[in-house]
Amino acid sequence: MDIIIIGMLLGGAYALMAMGLQLQYGVARIMNLANGEMLVAGSFAAFWIFTGYQYSPVLSIVIVAPLAFGANWLIYKIFMRPLVKRAKSEGQLEVDSILSTFGQSFILVGLMLALFGGEYFSYSYLEEPFEIMGEAYELNRIIAFLFSAVLCGSLYFWLNRTRLGLTFRAVSVNAEAAGLVGINVPRAAALAFGIGGAVTASGGALLSMFLTFDASVGVIFTMKALVIVIMGGVRDIRGTILIAFVLGLAETAVASLIDPGLTLAAAYFLFIIILLFRPEGLFGRRSV
Amino acid sequence: MRRRYYGGRRRWEFVGMTRRELYGLLTGIIIFALASLLPLVNTGYGLSLGVTIAMYTVLSTSWALFSGPTHYISLATAAFFGLGMYVVGGGLEMYPFPILILIAAGVGAVLAGFIGIATLRLSGVYFVIFTLGLAELIRQLVTWGQTTLGTSSGLYVLTNIDEKMIYWQLLVLAAFVYLIGWWINRSKLGFALRIIGNDEKVAAHSGINTALVKVLLFMVSGSIAAVTGALLAPRWTYIEPTIAFSPMLSFLVVIMALIGGAHRLWGPVLGVVPFALVWDLITAKFPNQTALMLGIAFLLIVYAIPHGFIGLGEKYWAKYKVWRDRA
Repeated sequence: MDIIIIGMLLGGAYALMAMGLQLQYGVARIMNLANGEMLVAGSFAAFWIFTGYQYSPVLSIVIVAPLAFGANWLIYKIFMRPLVKRAKSEGQLEVDSILSTFGQSFILVGLMLALFGGEYFSYSYLEEPFEIMGEAYELNRIIAFLFSAVLCGSLYFWLNRTRLGLTFRAVSVNAEAAGLVGINVPRAAALAFGIGGAVTASGGALLSMFLTFDASVGVIFTMKALVIVIMGGVRDIRGTILIAFVLGLAETAVASLIDPGLTLAAAYFLFIIILLFRPEGLFGRRSV
Repeated sequence: MRRRYYGGRRRWEFVGMTRRELYGLLTGIIIFALASLLPLVNTGYGLSLGVTIAMYTVLSTSWALFSGPTHYISLATAAFFGLGMYVVGGGLEMYPFPILILIAAGVGAVLAGFIGIATLRLSGVYFVIFTLGLAELIRQLVTWGQTTLGTSSGLYVLTNIDEKMIYWQLLVLAAFVYLIGWWINRSKLGFALRIIGNDEKVAAHSGINTALVKVLLFMVSGSIAAVTGALLAPRWTYIEPTIAFSPMLSFLVVIMALIGGAHRLWGPVLGVVPFALVWDLITAKFPNQTALMLGIAFLLIVYAIPHGFIGLGEKYWAKYKVWRDRA
């Protein structure tokens, strides 16, 4: 029972982080391998705001999200757009964007190392017990879960009910056709890239409430987000959310039943199974 | 020496090689002969740098065998390398060293075959992501296995193989890699690979079993990386999962191969030599800025020299030719 609830609580934050990547890959078609570093940057920002100014990490999202949006929008304009323009095929864009975002992720790690040093960081915020069905859980995990649920829900609603959401979905289904019906595809892609970064950084701010982090941990989160997005099916938000919970549960189960050092192995084990039996993802459509 | 006629143009050849190939072979032999003299000149810092350069030459050239023509970026080098190291570390008491190298080659090929079957049927992104985490996955499994079996987390590698021997062994391996690469380029396999790299759909429609070709090549590349790890195990007397499966190795190999130029067999070595020297300097002088430097190197590859030094050279050579013909 413990495992299920803690796993669900972790899955909520994972869902938020993976949805950020989903927007960047699904709409902007950039496999952003610097995603985890953006998350860690969000964590550092929340840490800094909490320890320096005593504002709650939840409130820090109000600052973190717009900043991350701006930063990612600029990254898309400066680094990714030229690659999209020069790419002759989708494959070439894939290779170029992978190498470029790798470079960005290393630069971000380097900058964070220079700014904060290589130590592990954590802070205590709302470490009070909260009872669910007779068992006590840390309040900060619950708060983080609730906020990521609210953010995921509003994102889902926004994608399905608003005009800009419709635009995004159109671009993600077929960028060329979207351009033909009068959608400004480059603008939509830049916006989606920015929003995706903002969502991921907010996930980082929430995760920092109960996880220990350091400057170079980002790549682990990148891998988890990638595994979630691919397992859930590219361009499918439902799959992303579902798999995020599955991964949260699987990791918690492996960590508490076998060995805490095997969490990534658990994620990869699931990944291999999906790749072998359902390579298009849980909800993805088989391509011809 | 015989003379043959090809389409009216007279060419000469020597055991099936054109003049150009023969000159290439002779240059290669001279370079290898010179390189093998290094341990006689210097056995200290120079030799240790030589081992590093030879190691990266083997790793990035074999990386480019697969990733150059197909454009699939493999980040699994560290996984194969570490596995090879562990084969030697774990089996040294039971088998002689040469047998262990063969075992490492086999283990590397099997692992590569398995990864290839799981991911190479799909698009390149899946492959990159999978290989990105592979070294970490194996490291976690090895660490877990060792702690649950009750032994310590590392292994002792006690042999009488010194750095000189490692260096010469690596040179032999490098020569072997170049021969394989040369043979693949001439063979049907290499031809199929180039078609796949240009357009996978066309390749599939012309009857090439694209998945099989990719898996085979990846197995060659993975097996060589495992052998490199096996050869280098005696350099460390004590190996640990964090040393053997260091993810940095995979990134460095990719950067070096791409900076040199992955579309030519002798491209990667042109990136290895300067980058290894610069990297050595950076890790000694600014150990905290290595991540930043890696990032800058990646961006440089994408935005400034997308086809590596070789690509730059070829571009200016073509310009020079136009200028010469006009003059």
